[in-house]
Amino acid sequence: TAAMGPARVSVLLPTYNERDNLPLVVWLLARTFSDSGIDFEIIIIDDGSPDGTQEIAQQLEKIYGSDKIVRKLFLFPSGTAYIHGMKYATGNFIVIMDADLSHHVRLDFMYYGKQKEGNFDIVSGTRYKGNGGVHGWDLKRKLISRGANFLTQVLLRPGASDLTGSFRLYRKEVLQKLMEKCVSKGYVFQMEMIVRARQLGYTIGEVPISFVDRVYGESKLGGNEIVSFLKGLLTLFATT
Amino acid sequence: LFPFSPLSPSPLSPSPLTPRGLSHPFSPQAAMTKLGQWLCGLALLGSAWAALALAPPGLQPPAPLRQALLPLPVYLLVAFGCYSLATVGYRLATFNDCEEAAAELQEHIRAARADLRRRGLRL
Repeated sequence: TAAMGPARVSVLLPTYNERDNLPLVVWLLARTFSDSGIDFEIIIIDDGSPDGTQEIAQQLEKIYGSDKIVRKLFLFPSGTAYIHGMKYATGNFIVIMDADLSHHVRLDFMYYGKQKEGNFDIVSGTRYKGNGGVHGWDLKRKLISRGANFLTQVLLRPGASDLTGSFRLYRKEVLQKLMEKCVSKGYVFQMEMIVRARQLGYTIGEVPISFVDRVYGESKLGGNEIVSFLKGLLTLFATT
Repeated sequence: LFPFSPLSPSPLSPSPLTPRGLSHPFSPQAAMTKLGQWLCGLALLGSAWAALALAPPGLQPPAPLRQALLPLPVYLLVAFGCYSLATVGYRLATFNDCEEAAAELQEHIRAARADLRRRGLRL
């Protein structure tokens, strides 16, 4: 299906304790989209944050209008917020990203541009190619990231250079189809979506992104995360 | 593996004649898991190696060939290990540090806060 008339992008933003980052992310998104003349909506799916995130979201809805900001409260196990948020998305393209400012939001319109350029089903942000990269990472974290990615490439041959960065644009029907087929939780779910997408023959374009370390809040990369990553990787290896 | 050109229309739903999970009639790999592919590959190579290197005296290939074949699996493993280290090392060394992006983000944050305050956001 070629570009089908005026497009609208729905951004799915799962949040937990993002009262500081949320207004900044929303502002950046709104500015990026209006600068490029793209119709959009932002769906904020909150996991019952105790820090006042929902209240901030309410204020943002007043500022930007309820056609642009959609608030949902959903107490979910990690990774399934998107499924819930999808039901309310009215756009024909869906962007999935984190609300913690780690993705350089300025690149959203590049995504859309890339999608139009190649008519891709999925556009995925990559930290590992082109001028993509990271900021605020020490050597250990970079090594783990590259090592894990290498292992992923060898075992899964996914056809995309970055499986765990979670900044992607999907055609709505593609995302719906993938969500039906994917069974993992958390970020392994993100990995599984790309693997399944390749199996189903969907086209994937890549755009370099800058992953700036959390401005507020803490990033987690401890032994637990590594173990659960390996478990997820091996599960995908054995089941896809 | 995926003879799929980005310019052709994407098959959003497989035809009713195509079994689920096999959206490409020309890629049987789509039906097998990665683990399955590895096991098949290893079984093939392993049996070829065993047939040649561990053959009974009557069917042995010439001595120099046997001498090269016997340690081959270990050699390949070591070679792969070296390749892995070199690749990860290179990628680690060339991992971009996005100074500009970080600086730009800080600027955007300042602008965002000022603008949001103006528009009535109370933090």
